[in-house]
Amino acid sequence: MLDLVAAPLRRLGRQCIGAVWRLGFASRFFVFVLLRSGTSFRRFRLVIKEIYFAGVLSLIIIIVSGLFVGMVLGLQGYETLQKYGSAEAVGTLVALSLTRELGPVVAALLFASRAGSAMTAEIGLMKATEQISAMEMMAVDPIARVVGPRFWGGLISMPLLAAMFSAVGVFGGYLIAVQLIGVDQGAFWSQMQSAVDFRNDIINGVIKSVVFGVAVTAIALFEGYDAPPTAEGVSRATTRTVVTSSLAILGLDFILTALMFRGA
Amino acid sequence: MENLVEIKDVSFAYDVRPVLKGINMVVPRGKIVSIMGLSGCGKTTLLRLIGGSLKPTRGEVRVAGQAISTLGQEALYEMRRKMGMLFQFGALFTDLSVFDNVAFQMREHTDLPESMIRDLTLMKLDAVGLRGAQHMMPSELSGGMARRVALARAVALDPMLIMYDEPFAGLDPISLSVIGDLIRHLNDALGATSILVTHDVQESLKIVDYVYFMAEGVVVTHGTPADIRNSKAPFVHQFVWGEMDGPVPFHYSGAAIAQQLGLERAHA
Repeated sequence: MLDLVAAPLRRLGRQCIGAVWRLGFASRFFVFVLLRSGTSFRRFRLVIKEIYFAGVLSLIIIIVSGLFVGMVLGLQGYETLQKYGSAEAVGTLVALSLTRELGPVVAALLFASRAGSAMTAEIGLMKATEQISAMEMMAVDPIARVVGPRFWGGLISMPLLAAMFSAVGVFGGYLIAVQLIGVDQGAFWSQMQSAVDFRNDIINGVIKSVVFGVAVTAIALFEGYDAPPTAEGVSRATTRTVVTSSLAILGLDFILTALMFRGA
Repeated sequence: MENLVEIKDVSFAYDVRPVLKGINMVVPRGKIVSIMGLSGCGKTTLLRLIGGSLKPTRGEVRVAGQAISTLGQEALYEMRRKMGMLFQFGALFTDLSVFDNVAFQMREHTDLPESMIRDLTLMKLDAVGLRGAQHMMPSELSGGMARRVALARAVALDPMLIMYDEPFAGLDPISLSVIGDLIRHLNDALGATSILVTHDVQESLKIVDYVYFMAEGVVVTHGTPADIRNSKAPFVHQFVWGEMDGPVPFHYSGAAIAQQLGLERAHA
C-alpha cells in the first residue's frame, strides 16, 4: 500500500530533480556562451556566415508569411471597421498589430521552426559524427567556435526578420485595403503615421524580437549541444527546440506585453 | 628509451560500471603501439583518457611527463596542440571542403599567412595522395578517402603523438593497405609516436612495433607482433586467428534458452 503512494512520488521527485538539473546545466551553458563570445567578435566573418544561414535563408518564409498575415489583417480589419464607419483606420490596425505583436511573435515562431530546428539538428549531428569531439581534440573550444557565432548570428537576425515581417505585412494590408477594396490611400498612410509611436510601438516591438531571438537561439543551441549522439536523440532534440521555443515565445510575449503596454 | 606516454594503474568507470581496471602501459617515443581487444573492452576509453577528454577514477596518465588529468583547460589545450587524432569515421567537418578541413588547425592556432597555409595544406594532402581532391566536400568522398583526409588533418601541425581510433573500420582491402602504409610512413617521416586502437589484427600486426591486448578492462598480454602471432594464450590465439571456439563465448551471458522458452518446466 505504502509502495503504491511512494512509487509515483519517487518518480515525480526524480523528474523534478532532473528538470532542475537540466535548467542549471542550460544556464551554465548560456553563461559559457556569453563568456566565450570573444572569438565571435574577433572573427566576425563567422557571425556573418551564421547571419546568412539563420537570417538570409529564412527571408523567403518570413516575407511570404508577412505578406499573407498583412493581407488577412487588411481584410478582417476592413470588415470590422467599416461597420463603425472608420474603414480608413485599417492602416492603423494593420501597423499596430504587426509592430506590437504579430511581427515579433510570428516571425519568432517561424524563426524557431526554420532556423532554430536547423541549428539543433546541425549541432546534434556534429556531436553524433564526433565533429565536436574532433574539435576539442584539436584544442579548439566548440562553444567559442561553433556555438558562439550561431548565437550572435541568430540574435542579430531575429530583429531584422521581425522588422521585415512587419514591413511586408503593412504592404500586404495596403494591397488589400487600398488597391483591392479602395480605402483612401492618404487616410490609410496618414492615420497609420499619426497612430504608430516610435518609442512605444516600434522600439517595444524591436525589444520583443531581441528577447525572442535570445530565447530561441539559446534553446536551439542548448538542445543541439545536449542531444544524445544518436539519430533518435537528434530528432527528439529538434522537436523539443520547436516546442520549447514556441512556448517560451508566447510566455515571454505575455510578460513583455504586460510590462510594456500597461494602460497605454 | 624514453616513454612519451605512461599509463600507471589506471581505472575508469562510467557511473558505476567499471571499464578499465588497473591498466599499466607505456608508449616509447617514435614507436607505433597498438591496443587490441574486443568491442567494449575499453580501448577507445583509454584513448580518451590519454587525450584528456575523460579523467581516470584512479591512477595516472602522463604524456611527455605531464599528468593529463591535473592540467587546466589552457594547459590541456596546449598539450592537445601537440596531439593529432584520427576518429573512427574521420569526423570531418561537413560544412568545410577537404582543403579547409586540413587547413582548419593552422588557421585556428597559427598566424601563418594564407599563402603559406595553402602550401602546407597542399603538402599534407599530397602526402595522403589527395591533393587533387582539395575542392571536394566530405559528402563527396568515399570512406577510404575521408579517412585519408582525416589523417592529413590529424598531422596538420606535425604532432608529437598521433592517436588512431579504429582507422581500418569499414574499409575495402586496398584502402585498408593504403591507410596502414600511411600510418607507418607518416609516423616515421614526422618522427612522431602513434597509438593505434583497432580490431584489425592482420593489418595492424604488419605496421606496429608493439601490441597490448585488452579484455574486460585489463591488459591480458603484450609483446611484439611476432610474440602475438606465436602466442599460445587461448584468448590471444582465438582473437588473432578469428576462431569461433575459445574463451570468448558466442552468446552474451543470460538465462539458459531452455529456461527462457519454458522447456525445462515442460520436461519436469
